[in-house]
Amino acid sequence: MPRKINWFGSRSRLLVGLVLGLLLLLVCSLASIALGAIEIPLQTIYAAFTHFNGSSEHLIVRTVRLPRTLVCLTVGAALAVAGAIMQGLTHNPLAAPEILGIDAGAALAVVMVVCFFNDTSLSVYAGAFMGAGIAALIVYLLGSLGRNGLTPLKLTVAGAALTEFLFSLTLGILVLNQRTLEEVRFWLAGSVAGRDFNLLLQVLPYIAVGLLLALILSKQLTTLALGEDVAKGLGQQTALVKVLAAVSIVLLSGSSVAVAGPIGFIGLVVPHVVRFLVGVDYRWILPYAALAGAILLLLADISARLIIQPQELPVGIMTALVGAPFFIYLARRRVHK
Amino acid sequence: MKPWVVIRPRDTISFRLDRRVPPILLILALLTFAAMLMNVGYGEYTIPPLDVLKTLGGIETDQGYSLVVNTLRLPRVLVALLVGMGLATSGAILQGLTRNPLADPGIIGVTAGASLAAVTLIVLFPAIALFTLPFAAFGGALVVTVLIYWLAWNQGSSPMRLILIGIGITSIATALTTVLVTFGEINNVSQALIWLTGSVYGRSWHHVWSLLPWLAVFLPLAFVLCRDLNALNLGDDVAQGLGSHVEQKRTLLLLISVALAAASVATAGSIGFVGLIAPHLARQLVGPTHEGLLPTAALTGGMIVVSADLLAKMLFAPIELPCGIVTAIIGAPYFLYLLYQNRNQ
Repeated sequence: MPRKINWFGSRSRLLVGLVLGLLLLLVCSLASIALGAIEIPLQTIYAAFTHFNGSSEHLIVRTVRLPRTLVCLTVGAALAVAGAIMQGLTHNPLAAPEILGIDAGAALAVVMVVCFFNDTSLSVYAGAFMGAGIAALIVYLLGSLGRNGLTPLKLTVAGAALTEFLFSLTLGILVLNQRTLEEVRFWLAGSVAGRDFNLLLQVLPYIAVGLLLALILSKQLTTLALGEDVAKGLGQQTALVKVLAAVSIVLLSGSSVAVAGPIGFIGLVVPHVVRFLVGVDYRWILPYAALAGAILLLLADISARLIIQPQELPVGIMTALVGAPFFIYLARRRVHK
Repeated sequence: MKPWVVIRPRDTISFRLDRRVPPILLILALLTFAAMLMNVGYGEYTIPPLDVLKTLGGIETDQGYSLVVNTLRLPRVLVALLVGMGLATSGAILQGLTRNPLADPGIIGVTAGASLAAVTLIVLFPAIALFTLPFAAFGGALVVTVLIYWLAWNQGSSPMRLILIGIGITSIATALTTVLVTFGEINNVSQALIWLTGSVYGRSWHHVWSLLPWLAVFLPLAFVLCRDLNALNLGDDVAQGLGSHVEQKRTLLLLISVALAAASVATAGSIGFVGLIAPHLARQLVGPTHEGLLPTAALTGGMIVVSADLLAKMLFAPIELPCGIVTAIIGAPYFLYLLYQNRNQ
């Protein structure tokens, strides 16, 4: 294992870093509200919250840009934390919700709910949790088959095949049901534009629980990342920790897929960058990952809006174009076989 | 009884086949033909198989089926057959070369490269002629293959790294394809979308004629190189010891495999998992030597795509599924089963 460089060293420096990260997040959020097809000056943004006068700029700030920014923040943080837990849990540098088929499972479940139950947003995220959970279970079982147990390679390959399978099922339902296609087309591309703000409010408690659970488990995760034998030797109930961590992953990735559709590679890239900055302690990795994930998704969304004005790219494409080369780099560096 | 049949038409050429090969090829050919007849006969306007045969034979039946059979349905079924043959042979060569049972043109990213090139052409230059598509797809697939091979090379090539890098490259190519689909002219985009899902819907004689030359050139070429493929399958050292020019022959076989996959993808979009399943089924039927394996795999692949297309038409009639969905739904569990079988390697 390559030596982890600890850039900050002491605890107070890590805290300072966290505060700086929060400031950066604030700047990015303001930029996300200000920039786009129409640029809105900061005073106007401020006025939109204090002296709302119903002008079109104020309306844009309050009904379009702000919800979009909040969706970005939440989804980015949730995906990054889910990815960090998965990588620690499976000892797999390539693990992330979209690579192991968990996003695809949630997406299929959402499409099925929209198609067969014709229902409101309530059952959409219930479906997303179930789909994510079942996919996670299948991929974990498939990846741990055989004498060597869970290897990164088997897990990744099983995830890729599962993704293709679930995606084909989704496509099949969409071909058969034109109405569903109309409803989920934009959602499926993985985008944060024009998201249902009420849906975000409804899944927010679940994301909060997932994040909280992750933070509570962070100490145990640090031990578990040393290896299962070590953790057991130190007196940890590894099975319990694993199950709770899996619940947290399912809550986090299921809710983000329900809100923003499958957005790839945030969960893969962010934990690596964060580990490079703060070392191996999950008590620091998780909060940093949440911050960095939110910042990264905000930046990706801003650039997706600005690159080809007046049109915009789905943010899922931006993250894939940045993240996939990173995945290749990891596959080259970290997989020795 | 000897397990081999030796065929020596002239003194300079000879090859030997597993004894099981000729009868199995015959049975497969009959089955494929039956599937094709059923596929041509099935549709909104059902035609009995006997009448299909008569119409194909040029005997005019009273109902006048000629237009439906010869113009609408026959080219579609022929495209399905040819695409299946191309993909299956491509997969068989890849599996032999990489000594990796999980190799498949779709999984290691060749298909994604071909798709990207073809979609670029369809969306940006809609006026371009049909027969150029396979060339563009070949170019795209070749670039992607070289890229994957180069990136996977880290003090020697590893089959597993090859697959992982293929997954990464596929993500990039798919993202770029989505960009094109999002911003192209809507008419061209809908054409590209139909094509992307992996379907033989609405394929005409033009498609048959633009695909056929590729198979006519590269299938025999693959067959000629069977002996080298056998040697390479034993490992580079053994192959060298047996007098095979390892690097040269490997490059040539890889080119053939890429060309076959690219031409198929250019015609029918990405029909997944055929290149993975067909060679495995064929290996169960006739054993691992490539002289018998390649033709058996090709016929099996053709049969799979023709039957998948028939199923796709029948399942939710009158709505047609793209047949790529059917092959993926059958193929992905099979892939996972293979993964299970190879779990200890």
